[in-house]
Amino acid sequence: MSTRKPYVRPMAGWWLKNPVYIRYILRESTAVFVGIYAVILLIGLIRLSSGEAAWNGWLEAMRGPGAILFHCVALGAAVYHAITWFAVAPKVMPPLYFKGEKVPLEKLVTGQYILAGVIYLVLLGLILWS
Amino acid sequence: MENNDKTIEIEVLRYRPEEDEKPFLQSFKVPFTDDMSVLQGVQYIKDYLDGSVSFRWSCRMAICGSCGMMINGVPKLSCKTFLREYYPGKITLEALKHFPIEKDLIIDLSDFIGKLESIKPYIVPSAPRALEEGEYLQTPRQLDRIAQFSSCINCMLCYSACPQYGLKPEYLGPGAIALLHRYNEDNRDSAKAGRMQLLNAQEGVWDCTLVGYCSEVCPKDVDPAAAINRNKVNSAMDYFLRCITPRGGN
Repeated sequence: MSTRKPYVRPMAGWWLKNPVYIRYILRESTAVFVGIYAVILLIGLIRLSSGEAAWNGWLEAMRGPGAILFHCVALGAAVYHAITWFAVAPKVMPPLYFKGEKVPLEKLVTGQYILAGVIYLVLLGLILWS
Repeated sequence: MENNDKTIEIEVLRYRPEEDEKPFLQSFKVPFTDDMSVLQGVQYIKDYLDGSVSFRWSCRMAICGSCGMMINGVPKLSCKTFLREYYPGKITLEALKHFPIEKDLIIDLSDFIGKLESIKPYIVPSAPRALEEGEYLQTPRQLDRIAQFSSCINCMLCYSACPQYGLKPEYLGPGAIALLHRYNEDNRDSAKAGRMQLLNAQEGVWDCTLVGYCSEVCPKDVDPAAAINRNKVNSAMDYFLRCITPRGGN
């Protein structure tokens, strides 16, 4: 007769037991703020299509301290998510080769920041000169 | 060894299936020198303090993948981790997380072995090849595509790092997928179509939520997270190609 009795450990509260898991849960929960922000933007679009008064009402609502606070938090969440995404993006894509050499992951991460910076500058330029 | 002045406290999560309902911590005082690994600390316990403490080990040089355990909550190879790193604090040892404990620091690894077998971790040539036809040739770049992933030693630290595996044991998991990727990317292999079936399943790559801890704990820099997430792209491509061609372009 077998005397085996493998013990399975419970998973309850696993995400609090390691700082890596806490950072992972934080990263995933940034989606909530980005999601709410998208809904607010969508409501704005609907208000815009409903006429000038509705649009101005939405703009007024966006000037409230609660709305400004939420947007600051949502911006922070989006930036944190972008940083974590830039860090893992090279893992998601197939390896890039340049002149027969594999491009190191660190260079790909830096490249994304440079690309993001250029895009922001172009956008800023377009806004300022239009 | 008994003449050393430095002593470190090692707590071991004990579980004796014939006597215990659940695991409990037992503390040992272990004299040590700066060149002693955690594995040597456990060996000291077994040799001098309590012969019933059970654990797996073999090579002592981070190549056999047998001696993985949770060291202060982090999955590590005990032969590659030194007691001095924790002194004067104490060390808590536990069997690798997310696996059933068979006894003390020994886990039941049959689930992993089954998954490893399922991915066909060997080269399947497209046609039988006679000896006189010579060796299979591979360019340095073709080797470069698989070299990193072929370093896996099946130590299962990545499974202990992966909460998704802990929550859903049916998930194929980082180690097996890294090795699957290694054979799928090999230019001498022709079993990709069959392996893609495993990857495409929910418990294939799609149970991964990119926690990324598997790659952090890997003692051989295999980067299983990269293997899994590149295959999310491959799996999506395979799905669409299957709609157009019978074998998904493989």
